[in-house]
Amino acid sequence: MDRLIYLDNAATTKTAPEVVEAMLPFFTERFGNPSGIYGFGAANKDVISRQRETIARALNAKPFEIYFTAGGSESDNWALKAAAEAYAPKGRHVITSKIEHHAILHTCEYLEKQGFEVTYLDVDENGIVRLDELEAAIRSDTVLISIMYANNEIGTIQPIREIGEIANAHGVLFHTDAVQAFGHLPINVDECHIDMLSASGHKLNGPKGIGFLYIRKGVKVRSFVHGGAQERKRRAGTENVPGIVGLGAAVERAVRTMGERAAREEKLRNYLIGRIEKEIPYCRLNGDRVKRLPNNVNFSFRFIEGESLLIMLDGKGICASSGSACTSGSLDPSHVLLAIGLPHETAHGSLRMTLSEEVTEEELDYVVDNLKEIVVRLRRMSPLYEDFVKRGGVE
Amino acid sequence: MYSEKVMDHFQNPRNVGEIENASGTGTVGNAKCGDIMRIYLDIDENQVIRDVKFKTFGCGAAVATSSMATELVKGKSVQEAMQVTNKAVMEALDGLPPVKVHCSLLAEEAIHAALWDYAEKNGIHIEGLQKPKSDIHEGEEEDEEEY
Repeated sequence: MDRLIYLDNAATTKTAPEVVEAMLPFFTERFGNPSGIYGFGAANKDVISRQRETIARALNAKPFEIYFTAGGSESDNWALKAAAEAYAPKGRHVITSKIEHHAILHTCEYLEKQGFEVTYLDVDENGIVRLDELEAAIRSDTVLISIMYANNEIGTIQPIREIGEIANAHGVLFHTDAVQAFGHLPINVDECHIDMLSASGHKLNGPKGIGFLYIRKGVKVRSFVHGGAQERKRRAGTENVPGIVGLGAAVERAVRTMGERAAREEKLRNYLIGRIEKEIPYCRLNGDRVKRLPNNVNFSFRFIEGESLLIMLDGKGICASSGSACTSGSLDPSHVLLAIGLPHETAHGSLRMTLSEEVTEEELDYVVDNLKEIVVRLRRMSPLYEDFVKRGGVE
Repeated sequence: MYSEKVMDHFQNPRNVGEIENASGTGTVGNAKCGDIMRIYLDIDENQVIRDVKFKTFGCGAAVATSSMATELVKGKSVQEAMQVTNKAVMEALDGLPPVKVHCSLLAEEAIHAALWDYAEKNGIHIEGLQKPKSDIHEGEEEDEEEY
């Protein structure tokens, strides 16, 4: 029994074989520096341009608005730090939400140390930002709103167009961390009034270590890496040509397969949610049922702790993740689960399973069958469950 | 990340369960931090631990340290059980990752809490035993400054 069922696609995805194939020549054969004058190097400049065009098309953006980075975290850091700095003369107030990725939250904490004020918006019980609260938080010195497109833990999709409209109406820049959404949901930066957008290659079957930041024409954003003239002098350093080619191939593939893939994943997602809710007592689906990434399932199981659950699932060849403290390296459970109002105990017992197009219903049956047994086993071991039963809870 | 012994005690925990009318029970930790341990002791008239059971809500290391701690005190006198420190539990498990050391402290604390309960019920003084704290995490793990 050497099964491997990979349900952690929000953490990273398998690089698609066609993506790897597209990248390979750029390591050993077409390795020239795109800044070279000779054709062997300069040809790679055109290769990069083509990838920029592919990505721009996917967002309804212009190619020169796409800046390659080393990934989502860098894009988030760049967007926030550079925009805050550039717009500081106008004001020093930034608005974000409590459920952002740490690449945003810790960058905001850094900005606070630099003298910026940050408003962290609450979210509702499904993890959605309240538009009236957003609008009320805008002040005359607000320069930037950063709200993620879709949440990495609970999969909730934000009302991005409405947020963009509010930002636009108040003349405030709008950045969105679309690392989980890009390649999985259709995104149109014009329709949604998005000024900056972060994305990462390895969340959409592309390689790790490559991503991009979309910066709308006219937005003043300072250089993030000083040096050569690459990326319109805003992000110096010899281009990661194989990575950029891989990202381009992954985006091309993601756009081509999006509709069918999302439909398939959504069906499997709903099947998995349905079986768990029907067959495992004292569980709670975290996140919005409808406004949800097609591949995201996140449950809390009362009376048990997430890391134990993950180790036992791992023993059955199932890869998943949790928002428990023990998996976060701190004593607090996931800030996202606390922000949607879960008590600590329930937040510690969370399980995230993120599907891919390759997962089958048969595999999910195997997962639920094992999950059921593991939950029973851990509850039998749990003093919290013992107390619950003694208080009259039904086993 | 875990030793084979930790994995073994997590996958096949020893002495899971409850003891009715236990001589002493102790519960330590809190749900906020993600681990709670409860120890039940059955102690005979010669102050020897005849049986011990545990229940734990927590990570792999929390379950494994509970399991190992119960193994180490079983059949021992209450005085000998006092010698079962978190270090002894960790050594018996071939070590724990640094972030999990607090789990072994919790195991020691849970044994002490159960012994305290036993001592109180029977009006006995156990050398070196102090009233257990309910939460061993207090004041621990300050975040480092980041720049």
